[in-house]
Amino acid sequence: MPEMMTLIGGRTSKQGTSLTHGKLDGEYLEVTSTVEMNVEDMARLGLKNGSRVKLRTPEGEAVLKCKGRETKDLPRGILFLAYGPLSSQLMAGDTAGTGMPISKNLDVEVEPVPDQAGP
Amino acid sequence: MSDNLKVVENATCTFCGCVCDDMNLTVDVDEHRITKAENACILGKAWFREHGIEQRPFALIDGHEATTEAGVEEAAQILARARFPMIYGLSDTTCEAQRVAVGLADMLGGTIDTTTSVCHGPSGIAFQGVGESTASLGELKNRADMIVFWGGNPAEAHPRLFSRYAVTPKGMYIPNGRKDRTIVLVDVRRTASTPAADIFVQVKPRSDFEVLWALRALVKGRKVDPSIERRTGVSLAVLEDLVARMKRCNYGAFLFGMGLTMNRGRHFNSAALLALATDLNQFTHWVAKPVRGHGNVTGADNVVSWQTGFPFGVNFSRGYPRFNPGEFTTVDVLARGDADAALIIASDPASNFPKPAIEHLKRIPVIVLDPKATLTSRLARVAFTTATYGINVTGTVYRMDDVALTLRPAFPSPYPSDEQVLTAIRDRVRVLLGGNRLPAGAAPIAPAVAAAS
Amino acid sequence: MGSPLRIVNGRVYDPANGVNGVVRDVCVRDGKIVDDVPPDAKRIDATGLVVMPGGVDIHCHIAGPKVNLARKVQPETHRDDVQLRTRVTRSGTGGTVPSTFATGYRYATLGYTTAMEAAVPPLGARHTLEEFHDTPVIDKGFFVLVGNNLLLYRLLQEGRLEEFRHALAWWLTVTKAYAPKLVNPGGDEMWKGQRNANITALDDKIGAFDLTPRRVIAAFIEAANALGLPHPVHIHCNNLGHTGNVETTLETMRLAEGRRAHMAHIQFHSYGAVAGKSRSNPTSRARDIAEYVNTHPNISADVGAVMFGHSTSMTADAPLAYMLYRIAGGKWVNADTENESGCGIVPFTYQDQVYTNALQWAIGLELFLLSEDPWRMVFSTDHPNGGSFMTYPRLIRLLMDSEFRKQQMAQVNQKALDHTSLRDLQGREYSLYEIAIITRAGPARLLGLTAKGHLGVGADADITLYEEDDDKEKMFAAPRYVIKDGELIVEDHEFRDDHGGRVLHVAPAYDAKIEQVIEPFFEDYYTIRFANYAVDDRYLSHHQVIPTAAPAAAATPAGAARP
Repeated sequence: MPEMMTLIGGRTSKQGTSLTHGKLDGEYLEVTSTVEMNVEDMARLGLKNGSRVKLRTPEGEAVLKCKGRETKDLPRGILFLAYGPLSSQLMAGDTAGTGMPISKNLDVEVEPVPDQAGP
Repeated sequence: MSDNLKVVENATCTFCGCVCDDMNLTVDVDEHRITKAENACILGKAWFREHGIEQRPFALIDGHEATTEAGVEEAAQILARARFPMIYGLSDTTCEAQRVAVGLADMLGGTIDTTTSVCHGPSGIAFQGVGESTASLGELKNRADMIVFWGGNPAEAHPRLFSRYAVTPKGMYIPNGRKDRTIVLVDVRRTASTPAADIFVQVKPRSDFEVLWALRALVKGRKVDPSIERRTGVSLAVLEDLVARMKRCNYGAFLFGMGLTMNRGRHFNSAALLALATDLNQFTHWVAKPVRGHGNVTGADNVVSWQTGFPFGVNFSRGYPRFNPGEFTTVDVLARGDADAALIIASDPASNFPKPAIEHLKRIPVIVLDPKATLTSRLARVAFTTATYGINVTGTVYRMDDVALTLRPAFPSPYPSDEQVLTAIRDRVRVLLGGNRLPAGAAPIAPAVAAAS
Repeated sequence: MGSPLRIVNGRVYDPANGVNGVVRDVCVRDGKIVDDVPPDAKRIDATGLVVMPGGVDIHCHIAGPKVNLARKVQPETHRDDVQLRTRVTRSGTGGTVPSTFATGYRYATLGYTTAMEAAVPPLGARHTLEEFHDTPVIDKGFFVLVGNNLLLYRLLQEGRLEEFRHALAWWLTVTKAYAPKLVNPGGDEMWKGQRNANITALDDKIGAFDLTPRRVIAAFIEAANALGLPHPVHIHCNNLGHTGNVETTLETMRLAEGRRAHMAHIQFHSYGAVAGKSRSNPTSRARDIAEYVNTHPNISADVGAVMFGHSTSMTADAPLAYMLYRIAGGKWVNADTENESGCGIVPFTYQDQVYTNALQWAIGLELFLLSEDPWRMVFSTDHPNGGSFMTYPRLIRLLMDSEFRKQQMAQVNQKALDHTSLRDLQGREYSLYEIAIITRAGPARLLGLTAKGHLGVGADADITLYEEDDDKEKMFAAPRYVIKDGELIVEDHEFRDDHGGRVLHVAPAYDAKIEQVIEPFFEDYYTIRFANYAVDDRYLSHHQVIPTAAPAAAATPAGAARP
């Protein structure tokens, strides 16, 4: 069963340095396709560092690699993802009349992806 | 590496909104690359290292190599034919290029928007509502003895905000630097920035507004119910301690990030913070500053504002500037499917816009100006390769605190600047339209008769 | 510069050359007024028209960092006051702080061809020049804020007066400024450094400095005179807007001791207090101010009249703006500039039934009507502080038409009028000749612009042709022709062409060694590099250096970036 969590999009220095190199290959794609997750949540879902998870919103879905963070750094139920092509897949076009789509604190369904199903 | 090296002193890094102007660049003149960027942070070092001259076509039309001139002709034809052209991007180019882009939008009767709308656009809206007490970064260096970072991660996104401007530097009235300051960090998670703070306040996601409003109440001497802790994750005691410190300091500063603007509440969050800074001025000096992202996004705000009166999301279809976020902002224009052509300057919406907006970009003719290949240039009808601002071309950029600087380029590029390409497109469009396009019905020859017939 | 032009049959008002309503031809060639042009030159028939030099605004706020913040913070004022694009001109928006294009075009459509932005922090010079680039038609310059400059304070505190003078010249030169400007000297340091305090008297100590406003003001008057600048130091006194501030203003003028000084928007500095009361409504002391200016030819002033309706207070006097915010509520912008200045912005509405507002309106009129020398008490609303420049035609009518003035006086707070002498001044009306002095010839002369404000041979061909009308507001609101640098910009009230206009600035000489004093201060206390501070010539496009009495600096200083 998928479980609901809160996804925070943001910047990292690795995303910043790699996008300067080029957005069409290599490290940038790696950095923007890795989601950070609370280690206890990961254990409960049977996930290890590098395991794949599918995130889904009403708008779309994305399959990402996960990476564990301690509870003091990232509370349970919170996910962090560097902005990039995959975070875009989850964002809706509505801006509530501001021009700004919501890219932080998105409600997402989280579902582990069996190893062989990964891209 | 060749032996033909030169050093460019006091160059400016345009990667982020800090726009540090103390770069000493070592340039390998023969290899057309920067081999060393003294004083640069990790992001700046990558920025300078990665912008050599790549072998790319001057322009691509429908994926086929073309000259810049052929690209200009095709772009001008697309724009002159369009009924709802959208011009977007502009935060990673010079003010000189931005100025031409706004003029082109005016001439076409099109719409112009910048990456501000998906960055601190909500803070711009908040500013329109409540104003702002703000300062140039040197005031933080010289005077600020309390700094509150809210909803941002400068250690990773603006590394030298800490070392050059706000946390550790010594200043006129801050002789001991870091020791003379109280640093507070408010965020929903621990980040690389957290260790820099004396006080870390972890708020529950989606509760920034409530925390800010409670602080405003406490500043004004009102009672706040202890249940605030259940809602926000922050205890009343912590809030009261913060308020006491805020009133006690000599010069306080908020530096806030997109944790407030890209979040539920958007401009209400920014406005709450700006209003809190204003309220505190009854007791002591306080300022607040949105921490801006791209190198010249602040220049884009300034240019669009002085030319139109509005900071972003401006439509010229009626013959004069109109501003309406949600209507004339790019995500909305694209997601609704309104635009019938797009001119994208130095930005890559195809890799960071919401999916419905990207889908529409794939349906319309897109013109892209960028030094690098991007997902957006890949889907463009016309893709120009342009020189990189600050590395190959000079021009003006505005730091996040509205301080304007002149760029010192390191080495020349064979590619034209954004300003040159945009000027050529504008001049060609002017010929195609016979001057500025007048909106329908603007100057009827014989109004009464024309209406009757 | 346009083809030769002869304006025939116009009634010419050219006070600088003593021409008072004489019908005569005016000839133009290569952007200048000339004696004669060939018979086949283009002719404008000015029968029934009044011919004047283009207007010169000596004090307004039209470009730069604070102006752009004021634009941004008032979108609601842009919506219903738009500037349509034409085939040849750009669009824009208005309100009391119009966009740059609207600013240039609207000044032009009032017959103004030169305007001085009155308050720019040095660090904002580059931004200001960028906005000037996009401000069409008019010539423009800016006054650079030096009265709260901490390095200059240090030099003064240490008695290094010669270096102080060189540093002042350096700042004027490297920022491409037109004149030095003082705003509430000491006030910004108190505001930023002393928990939002302010200066209250000329002998207050300025924060941590061993200085007083009195010493600062005297030093700048001295230095500006020594540099031989075309316009002397331009002073916004301490205590602006405060009840009883007239004493500060008079004392400040006395500090000049016979040397040149210009007092900005003096209306805002002419308030008395009711005797024996510590807190009271202000009263008018316009008579004392007018008398002082009338009898001291070294002093000049612009009035800074208040007009009812919307305005925007925007000032380097940050504590004043905060005081207005506490009165008006609503929005407030504050912007501190490191080592140089403060700034405050408050949208504000002057209401005819409010005692203080009516008093301010009346004092502005009193000062005009009590002035005995129109060459030294010149026209301004401190746009947009006292009111938009778009109210100038109405203000002209108030001065020229005593019947209209009487009608307007009947509609304002009468208690306020009781505290003024306005009712005693009904007999005084300005003539067209005097209007030409206070709006053109006078400001040009005070600014030291020898080629402006007149129509003598060699003058810039900046010319306005108005349709004579009994309703002076209507007459001055829409000239039929406006000529800028010899080009016909407005013809039959329509734009015929676009035009860039020039930047006017000074370049007083300084000893290059002063950079060795300034640079270390930058390393310690600025966040931009010294080498990146000086504004280079590429920001000027069309420009003109107005000479100083002392020899001007030969070249762009060594610190300037040369892209």
